[in-house]
Formats: sequence, structure tokens, C-alpha cells
Amino acid sequence: MNKKHSALKISLIAVVFGLLLGFLVVLITGRSPMDMLYAFIRSLTGYNLAKPDKPINLMYVFNWLLEAMPIILTGLSVGFAYRTGLFNIGGEGQFMVGSTAASFVALTINMPLVPHIILCLVVGMLAGALWGFIPGFLKAYHNINEVVVCIMLNYIGLFFSNYLVRTFLEIDPNTNARTVAFPITAVLPKVTDMTASQFNYGFVLVVLCLVMYWFILEKTTFGYSLRATGFNSEAARFAGMKVKRNTVYSMMIAGALSGAAGAIVVLGVFKYGRIFTLFDNYGFDGISVALVGAANAVGIALSGLLFALLKSGGNNLQLFNIPKEISQLIQAAIIFFVAIQYGVILMLNKFDGFKLKLKGGKKA
Amino acid sequence: MKLIIEMFPIALMLSTPLIIAALGGLFSERSGIVNIALEACMSVGGFTAATLLVILSSKGVPNAVWIASVAAIFSGALLVSIHAFASIHMKADQTISGTALNVFAGGLTIYLSEIIFNAKSTEAYSTGATFSKMSIPILKEIPVIGKMFFEGIYPTTYIAFILVLVSWFILFKTPFGLRLRSCGEFPQASASMGINVVKMRWIGVLASGAFAGFAGAVLVLTTSTFYFAGSIHGLGFVAIATLIFGKWNPWGVLFAGIFFGFAQTLGLYSSAIPYLQKLPNEFFSLFPYVITIIVLVLFASKSVGPKASGEIYDSSKR
Repeated sequence: MNKKHSALKISLIAVVFGLLLGFLVVLITGRSPMDMLYAFIRSLTGYNLAKPDKPINLMYVFNWLLEAMPIILTGLSVGFAYRTGLFNIGGEGQFMVGSTAASFVALTINMPLVPHIILCLVVGMLAGALWGFIPGFLKAYHNINEVVVCIMLNYIGLFFSNYLVRTFLEIDPNTNARTVAFPITAVLPKVTDMTASQFNYGFVLVVLCLVMYWFILEKTTFGYSLRATGFNSEAARFAGMKVKRNTVYSMMIAGALSGAAGAIVVLGVFKYGRIFTLFDNYGFDGISVALVGAANAVGIALSGLLFALLKSGGNNLQLFNIPKEISQLIQAAIIFFVAIQYGVILMLNKFDGFKLKLKGGKKA
Repeated sequence: MKLIIEMFPIALMLSTPLIIAALGGLFSERSGIVNIALEACMSVGGFTAATLLVILSSKGVPNAVWIASVAAIFSGALLVSIHAFASIHMKADQTISGTALNVFAGGLTIYLSEIIFNAKSTEAYSTGATFSKMSIPILKEIPVIGKMFFEGIYPTTYIAFILVLVSWFILFKTPFGLRLRSCGEFPQASASMGINVVKMRWIGVLASGAFAGFAGAVLVLTTSTFYFAGSIHGLGFVAIATLIFGKWNPWGVLFAGIFFGFAQTLGLYSSAIPYLQKLPNEFFSLFPYVITIIVLVLFASKSVGPKASGEIYDSSKR
């Protein structure tokens, strides 16, 4: 009776339960769940169901795609480590150092448009990789839990980034809370001037990373040995795979992906070096994206789009007098339902048994 | 020297929530469940306490601050029971379930603030309604120590000291404590001796939520006048750092908590201290995190933490 249930089924159930919980919370707190639905549909299609006579506004759609870019990258980051049996909860720190490193290149080096942006992105990714190297190295060669080190590095990344930005970059005298604007050569250009959305050519990097992720993990010997390490590190070691080296590389690649997310956000949306007060939560979003996407490339792309919809829909929610934090609640519920998939599978099996009974109880 | 004495009450104020939350983490990890949702429990505790205090004190209820604190304790335990259910009964990955709670609490507290107060934070309560600093008669006359420990100290700090003592006694001097700790080292062996691993872990995790909820209340009620998204600002994770630096031991936690509290205070005072003036402020903020990683590296070869902590309990495994 222990039928295997696909990762897709579990993800879908988690998403449905998460959304139901969100609707329930909205209902209990005296707001209208229909408004929430409208807000999400608006992000998805640009169509405002509350005011049907108004034309479609594509800005909402582009904002949704813009929101998806960094969380697909952090999703890939968490997913890559996950496939090697590591839990990268350090995306937040890698994101911030990536963002800061990109800001440094943007503000201190003079170069023409395309090479400048590419250099910014590469340096951002390298900084993220360095931030991933630390927990990877400590895990591989000192057997220290990567989760704790990653959490500590998130905060070290926050304060260290702020220190570097405040000390070495030119601070905007008007606000005192950010650097001066990046030169135009270091800004990721917008894809279209049709709408006010900041949707930019960073998406090329996202697509590139998605393809590389799939290719490395599924089509190369290196990827195979990474997956073997994640599946059973003792067996992988016995088979002659370099488990320690794999651990370090995997965390570095994961770090680079989160660093890339930090770089495209700062170069494409903010366009100035940032002083962080709190986390942006992109790193934590990556955890949900990777888990719901079952850590494979297509799944991550789809779940990244889904969570981006929750986030950008959340921003529209304010108009309907529903606090946008509701999307955070839904997201948490989805992670939780994926976490308890053991229970979900038990429930599914019971349900299957129930269906069989209805059909006349023919048990194979 | 005079400055250090002056800084001490502030350091104690800042270390109190760290110590209490870390003690909570101690119970949980000793029973074998990692609780990275300390941050979440602190947020919910802080929010509950602040909200209740605003409401109760406006109605003139006596002892409102204590009622609010007790409510915070229950709210923390209630929240963490989700984590307990997932990790004890549903074989969930404890890091993932804890992360879910952290995301959840961050959203929930602000969502409810918007519903109740129509703002991104709770309303401010009057400073008269919250804990007041106290001085202990006679003892405060002792030179040096009197000024450091017995003058202008919040009662919550003394509660934290008592909790350290009580936790140590329960965990290390009673049969119950031995059983609970055994579940964090080798649960299959505990089960074979007739110990109810599930029950022990529930107690451990619930205790962690209750402690962290109280810690959140203490943090918000002693260092702020309202709850907002940045109220806890990662102190739940510093509490985990405190637990590790304190080597999973109540006395170690006490020492580590005061140490980290002192580090934060140095940050506040650095401009007044000649040697520290040149150090950037961020240095003091990231200090506890760097220390924790260094400590982990130093202690890596000696396994000081509970062995089975964080592992999914499989009763058939040997």
C-alpha cells in the first residue's frame, strides 16, 4: 500500500494547503479573500477584475517577472547545495556580499557599458562564492554543521557589507543611507520602456544559470558525483569520489548563485550601493523555491514564478487593505507542508485506501 | 574602570533575553531537537507582550506587564508546538520546519499589527507600564559589585539568573534531566530503557518555545517601547550562538550571554573609550557571530553538543 507519490504531487498539495491557509487567515481577520485573489490575478495577467472596464496593465506582469529573477537564483542556490546533501541557509549573506561587491565594481571602475556590467556580475558572484566557501570548507575539513555557520555568516555579511559601503564608497549626502547612483554603464538596462516596471536584462543571467544548473547536475560527471555525495556520502567516498572537494565546490557554486541574485537586484532595481537595515529575505525565499521545486531546474523556475506571484501580488494587496505580510504567511505554510511531507504521504495513502474501499475494496 | 561599572547594568539588560532564549534552546537541543525557530518564538513573544501591555495598561489593569509576560510565554510555546509536531511526529527536517516558523512569525506579527493597530508596528506603551529598574537595599552598598549587580537592574535579569540555576538543577541533577539528555544523545538506547522519547522531546521543545517567548517579551519590554519588524533583529540567532559558545551548558550560557551582552554594550560606548574609538560600529555587531564560528572551529574535534540533536528519530535504527 506504500505507493510512491511524486515530488510534483507533494509540492502541489503544499501550495494548495498554503493558499487555503492564507485565505483562512484573511477571512478570520475580517478581510475579503476575493480581494486577495484579484490581486494575484492582476499580477499574473495585468487585468484588474475589480475594475473590469480598465485596460490590461502590463506593468504588473513585468513586476511579477522582475520579482521572480532573484528568487529563482537563490532557489537554484539552495537547490544546488541540497542536491549535494547540504542545506544552504546562508543565501541571505551571500546575497548581500554579492550586492556589495557588485556595487564596488560599479562605483570604482570606469568601463564601457557591456563589459562593466559583466564584470560587476562576475565579481558579485565571486563574492558570493567566497561566502559559500567558508561553510563548505568548515563542513568538509572540520565537520562543522553548515547550517550554523551559514546563519552566522548571514549576519557577518550584513554588518561587513555595511561597514565596507560606509567606509569606502561615496555616500549620497542627501539621504546618508545609500551610496551615490551607479554610472549608467553599470546599470542593467530595462528590457522595454513600455511600462514603468524595472524588468531588466538580468533575466538573461537567470536563464543562463537555470540551463547551467540543469546541465551540470544532470549531464556531467561532476554533477553525478555531487548527487551521489548528496544521496549517500559514505558510498560516494567508497566509490572514490572526492566528497570533501565536492562539498566545498557545491557550497561555492551555491554562494555564487545567491551572489548573482544580489548583483542583479542592486544593478537592475536599486542602481545604487545599499546600506542594509534588515534582510531582504531573498535567501529565505530561495529555500521555499528550492523545496517546492524539488531542487530541479524546471521545478525551481516554476516555483520561483509562483512565489514571485505571491510577493508581487502581495504588493498589490495593500490597495485592497490587506497587509502584504499575508504572502509571507502563505509562503511559510507552503514550506511547512513540504517539510511534513511524511505526514502528507501518509494522508495520501489513507485517501487512496479509502478510494479503493469505495470501488469495492479490491486490494492488489 | 568607572566606565566598565557604568556599562554593566546595560550589558546585563542586553544579555538577559539572550540568556533566557539560549536556555530554551538548551532544553530543546538536549532533548534532541534543533530549534532554529528561537527567533520566531521571540518575535511572537515580543509582539504578544507589547500588544497586551498596550491594551491592558490603557484599561488600568494592575500588574499588566506580568500578565503580558505570561501570555508571551504561552504564545511562544503555542507557536513552537507546530515545530514539535513536525519534527517529532512527521519526521520533518528540523532546519526546514524551523525556517518555516521564522518566515511565519515575521509575517504574522506584522500582519496582526496592521489588523489591530493599523500600522507596521504595535502602538507604544507608556514607559511607566513596563518593568521598572530596581535596586536591592543593603547589597547595593557593596563597593564595585553593588553598582554592577544590584543597582538599576531589571527584575527580569534576576529571573534569568534564577532560570540558569533551575535549568542546571533540572537538567543535570534530577533523574528527569538525565532522561531528557539521554534522548539527545542516543534516543534508541533511551527508548530501550523505557524512556518515552516522544514525550521528552515534546517537553524539551515546548520549554524552548516558552523560554524564547519570555525572552522576546523581556527584550521588547526592557529595550524598546513598541514592537516592530526589527525588534528581534536576529537576537534569536545570537541566542543560538550563545548556546554554542556556552557549550550546551547552563553556566556556559550565562557566561556567554553576559559576554555577548557586554560586546553589544561596548558598541554603544565605543566612542567614549579611547582604544575602541577607531573601530567601526559594525565590528561590535558582528562580534558574536565571528566568535561563534571560531568557537565551533576550536571545539570541532571534541564533540560537545548533544550527539543526536537534529537527527530524525528512527526507533528501528541501531
